[in-house]
Amino acid sequence: MQRLKVTPFHSRTSALMQGAEWRRWGGYQVASCYEMVPDREYYAVRSSTAMFDVSPLAKYKITGSEARAYLQKLLTRNIEKLGPGHVVYSPWCDPRGKVVDDGTLACFDEEHFQLTAAEQGEAWLLKVAAGFEVSIENITDDFGILALQGPTSRALLKELVGAGVDDLGFSEAASFEVDSMPLWISRTGYTGDLGYEVWIPSNQAEKLWDRLVDIGFSYALMPAGIWALDVARVEAGLIMLDVDYLSALRTESVSQTSSPYELGLGWSVHFKKGDFVGRDALLKEKEQGTSPYRFVSLVLDDVAYRQAFAEAGLAASLPVQAWRGMHPLFDAQGLQPGYATCGTWSPTTQKYIMLAQVEPAYSEVGSELYFDAVVDRRRHRFCCRVVKTPVFETSRKKESYAKV
Amino acid sequence: MQKYDAIVVGGGHNGLVNAAYLGKAGLKVALLERRPVVGGATITEEIHPGFKYLTGSYLISLLRPQVIRELELPKHGLEILPLESTVAPLPDGNYFADWPDHDMTRLEIERFSRKDAENYDEFNATMRRIIFGVKPIMDMIPPDPTSLAPHDLAQMARVRGTLDRMERRDFHTLCRLMTMSAADFLDEWFETAPLKAIKSTSGIIGTFLGVRSPGTGYVLLHHYLGELNGVPRAWGFAKGGTGGLSQSIARSARAHGVDIFEGMPVEQILIENGRAVGVATQKGDEFRADRVISAAHAHPTFLKMVDSKHLPEDYLADINRWRTRGPSCKVNLALDGLPDFPAIPKSKRALLRGSIEIAPSVDYLEQAYDDAKYGGWSKRPFMDALMPSLLDPGMAPPGKHVMSLFVQYADADLKGGWTDQKKAEFLDVVVDTLSEHSPDLKEKILHKHIMTPDDLEKIFGLTGGHIFHGELTLPQLFFMRPSPQWANYRTPIQGLWMCGSSCHPGGCITGAPGRNAALEIIAEAKEQVTI
Repeated sequence: MQRLKVTPFHSRTSALMQGAEWRRWGGYQVASCYEMVPDREYYAVRSSTAMFDVSPLAKYKITGSEARAYLQKLLTRNIEKLGPGHVVYSPWCDPRGKVVDDGTLACFDEEHFQLTAAEQGEAWLLKVAAGFEVSIENITDDFGILALQGPTSRALLKELVGAGVDDLGFSEAASFEVDSMPLWISRTGYTGDLGYEVWIPSNQAEKLWDRLVDIGFSYALMPAGIWALDVARVEAGLIMLDVDYLSALRTESVSQTSSPYELGLGWSVHFKKGDFVGRDALLKEKEQGTSPYRFVSLVLDDVAYRQAFAEAGLAASLPVQAWRGMHPLFDAQGLQPGYATCGTWSPTTQKYIMLAQVEPAYSEVGSELYFDAVVDRRRHRFCCRVVKTPVFETSRKKESYAKV
Repeated sequence: MQKYDAIVVGGGHNGLVNAAYLGKAGLKVALLERRPVVGGATITEEIHPGFKYLTGSYLISLLRPQVIRELELPKHGLEILPLESTVAPLPDGNYFADWPDHDMTRLEIERFSRKDAENYDEFNATMRRIIFGVKPIMDMIPPDPTSLAPHDLAQMARVRGTLDRMERRDFHTLCRLMTMSAADFLDEWFETAPLKAIKSTSGIIGTFLGVRSPGTGYVLLHHYLGELNGVPRAWGFAKGGTGGLSQSIARSARAHGVDIFEGMPVEQILIENGRAVGVATQKGDEFRADRVISAAHAHPTFLKMVDSKHLPEDYLADINRWRTRGPSCKVNLALDGLPDFPAIPKSKRALLRGSIEIAPSVDYLEQAYDDAKYGGWSKRPFMDALMPSLLDPGMAPPGKHVMSLFVQYADADLKGGWTDQKKAEFLDVVVDTLSEHSPDLKEKILHKHIMTPDDLEKIFGLTGGHIFHGELTLPQLFFMRPSPQWANYRTPIQGLWMCGSSCHPGGCITGAPGRNAALEIIAEAKEQVTI
């Protein structure tokens, strides 16, 4: 019998699972939520600490004398100045300038880097590596990763590893050793909040989990599943592979692909660094302004939404779990200048928010679009407005805690 | 001194809401708060260093979503965390728990009664339909049913309109609920004693009646009228305590240009030629304005700040007969660690993050009332305990915890009065009763603090320590609150308005009186300008 793979924390996560709410991620089995009601798992992200098992992230150790040159070729972002102890985010594209995947890159030293990706994609990494003095090792199963996200995550980690955690600025990383557990901690995450990702060799993963749960009770730590993560990342305006875009390697038509400019990632495309995969196409797209879509956040008129429910004799049913799927967005004439890819009620901002790709003419803040939703078995059309991305922002995310 | 368009007396949550709406509408508003910090009974106070106490209100549900949205409270710092369970430890070592999830609650109730587990779904559906029907009344301006004036007739039509949202059978259930006791109503549905007990406590919160007293059915309904993220009847905890909410409203008000003066007690509402024209403070300053809005309790407003000679006799009689003798205390404990509740299994430790109710049976609750109603207190009180530090770790230092206890009953008119000694004695009664369910509680207590009805009156200005500004019983609801013919936030004195819990729809953190009054004031101000 074939089964999905499990993560190194599975003995612990499966013990917590109350309602059989599992899901797939890159061939692994992970929790959608542990409690029967997911609310508290989400709130932990914004009020205490949520602990996510993100071990299915694809992980690659990239070494060799030309490691940096190779990564410059692979990624759209210029990493010339990325030094040891620093982490950056970047997408990577195919020669058409369409996004293949996105992830974070950490530098250990001049010849040693570490790349993460949403999905397994070694074949593409190797294809781009042709001719470079570089070695790419898939270390996905060697490490478990726990993302600790939320305002108390720093204090909690400090109790585990000591004051060194205070020195980590946003997007910085360092190695620690605790009770003979070698930890690699980066101040990164997928929630738009203060947070860290802790890497541990898989064979010691359970020990780390237990220690964190033990320390965490006083910090209201909650193990949390993907549903909670999804609401937080939509609030933070962070894209997700297979939800907001499809990998260029797996699309059936070019219309299903997205360039970085269509995903709000134009800021991570650097032409001055020299050649990289997709450069010519992206330069042309930028210069000619031919991107069909722009990435935006939308806020739906929830007054009208609630009213529609009231008129149907019902209390409003707000999507407290994020929905996913391609939902057309209409203009006043009924044309479709874009589509929403996911949406959720944002408990922190108390707004019904969506991520969407819309034609440039509708991408300015304040632009009005229309969205259809079913209320009591009938379709209703609601107005939504483009707002600044991200909808939720906190100074906690990048605040410095280092002693001067 | 600058002349204002409006002066709001009292910075409780309704005063703040009122001021913020008036400011948003373009009026120049001053809000005067007696205490050094705004919030009224919606406040978080660090009475023991490092520990944040909820000396007044502690949970949120009835706060109108319009208030959250229109005043942009999330932008101004409001975050409400869900409170997801209620658990009652039972004297026989068992426990009873209520969860927000259908299957979980069903499993819990089935441990006691399969029939109740099945009835519970129908009960909840019925309550949801009733809530859906009556909730719009919270946002209505109570009409005078005897009046034939067009605006009163229009409002009466709106009240009648709510029936269109209800099935006939639900309306009949509503009528019974409004007039019955909470315990009798629940007897019609359930047989499980602890289920009936924790459900019936919603009928006595803040109310000097027993669970078997007629009228507590309405109080139960009142506590079902809230919502969180659109989910009816869900309760939540504001990050930073309820003070986090009042501070967010204050920030919204300031952003709308409201001048907030803290530590500025109002001595007198100035009335000239039958019209309110401003206030005089205890410090001797005068603030002049076109209108004055009192967010204070009806008693201090009309028996202290307004000279009685300006009031018609019948109105004064209504205010004097206002029932506002409170039975509630607030206790806060600073704890050196998490207390153990042996009745709650280790595997259900998550229940400690919800409400812990000391309400094992309906008889226990009724006895607690009986003990107190002749000027005494419950020998074993009803308590609703919460450990906010498990929801928001910022409420206590790391590793430490804070517990907030809502406690009933203790008579505001205690025989011999609330002396320091009596206060200490009742605090011991509370701790002793809770210790029966948590043997290691006492050794974990670092500091304890009680707010008796007497303290609630002296510190928050709640006459009789009544947390709702007066009982939520039929004679004091809707067009009777606080006085028939003056339930529309106006008063017999021109230019003097009311906007606190003494008005419709009454107590709890709703923001509704503040908002309703503001909308009336704004509409009238606009009319005056066009004329």
